[in-house]
Amino acid sequence: MSETVPDVSVLIINKLLANPKVPRNITGSSKIVEDLAFDSLAVMNFVMEIEDELDVSVPLDRLAEIRTIDDLATCIVSLKKGA
Amino acid sequence: MTIFDKFRGIEHRLEELKALGGRNPFDVVIERPLSSTVGLIEGRETLLFGTNNYLGLSQSPHAIEAACETVRSRGVGTTGSRIANGTQSLHQQLERRIADFFGQTHCMVFSTGYQANLGMISTLAGKDDYLLLDADSHASIYDASRLGHAQVIRFRHNDPEDLHKRLRRLDGTPGAKLVVIEGIYSMTGNVVPMAEMAAVKRETGATLLVDEAHSFGVLGPTGRGVAEAAGVEKDVDFIVGTFSKSLGTVGGYCVSNHPELDLVRLHCRPYMFTASLPPEVIAATMAALEDMQAQPELRTRLMENAAQFHGGLNKLGLTTGKTVSPVVAVVLDTIPEAVALWNQLLTLGLYVNLSLPPATPDHHPLLRCSVMATHTPEQIDCAIEIFQEAMTSLKAEA
Repeated sequence: MSETVPDVSVLIINKLLANPKVPRNITGSSKIVEDLAFDSLAVMNFVMEIEDELDVSVPLDRLAEIRTIDDLATCIVSLKKGA
Repeated sequence: MTIFDKFRGIEHRLEELKALGGRNPFDVVIERPLSSTVGLIEGRETLLFGTNNYLGLSQSPHAIEAACETVRSRGVGTTGSRIANGTQSLHQQLERRIADFFGQTHCMVFSTGYQANLGMISTLAGKDDYLLLDADSHASIYDASRLGHAQVIRFRHNDPEDLHKRLRRLDGTPGAKLVVIEGIYSMTGNVVPMAEMAAVKRETGATLLVDEAHSFGVLGPTGRGVAEAAGVEKDVDFIVGTFSKSLGTVGGYCVSNHPELDLVRLHCRPYMFTASLPPEVIAATMAALEDMQAQPELRTRLMENAAQFHGGLNKLGLTTGKTVSPVVAVVLDTIPEAVALWNQLLTLGLYVNLSLPPATPDHHPLLRCSVMATHTPEQIDCAIEIFQEAMTSLKAEA
């Protein structure tokens, strides 16, 4: 199965909305730290859940470049393509 | 905008913590130790249940004598790095003794345990390699991952299946895979499922490094740690540890049967660019190691004490980790609750560590207690009673 960035963004948003503390109005351009009030540990733990869902590992150094949900989706899609 | 603006958040949080209980929990002063188990805090004799001094050897008469004798004959410091003027015969003797104790051929001694992890992990895992870390790893391991250039992948805490899954995803990718786990996790006291982790290493061909900082001197028939206890020492490529817990001094080490460990000395910046351990510390460490080997009963008593304390806190209705180990972490729901209880315990004469998120797993504050072999059963009962009294008085206030 080959996921696109919009597909993965939707999956991430749905996963986030399962957490009642996350604001209801998030979009692909929402910033993970600022808009979702996630600390660094919460970001790493959330990414772990997405990794399991999509059977991919996101190295921590790649996480440092990620600010928005779409950034995370783009990173995951490129990792799945072997980039 | 000033260079200090980034600290305003922590300044604000610290003020909130002080308002909750009156004290700065990060500024406790032990005016002086009266023994391994009792210290003077705020002018009061206080039971120490948060020092990591598992065998009580910080006050070993044998180690004290060795340090005094050595400081008189050799002076107080080396003033140099291990690769320049900072290696004395004592450093090599200590390396030999630690290697022999572990039944390994090679040993490197570092100036602290933090530097041992920082240096070994950042040096072993290079640019084209992968570093696989337990999600609840100690800060020294995370810092090592930032100092080095390897790709870093976290796996779920103490979950060999999750590790296996993440290693499988790397099948076919070039580069070495270095897995880092800890014997006993310092915040929670959880013990690693070592036999299962070793099996994953065997199946995948990864390289395995075990940090035995909190399990050295504590687990295993001779105190070599969790790998000895599980009978899988031959599967471990590198054992890292510290002298600042069971041996009561300071310094770190790495032992291995890989002869290339000697080459690491010439690549490892936290080893190369810092002053080596002072001679008196080396002498005290060797003496404490002799104490530890001569008194296996210390380990038996430590585990009996851990069971007494763990059971006593559970009877009070407190939530702790399930495994009995010398680290007993009381899990609380909220920071105000944890701060209030911590303050009340200290006022009543019991010192434990207050650990707050994000330094704790799962965002729960912890009252992290550590038990010692030198605690008497009466001191443990007394500590449990203080917990009860503190909880009762806080309930009454509420």
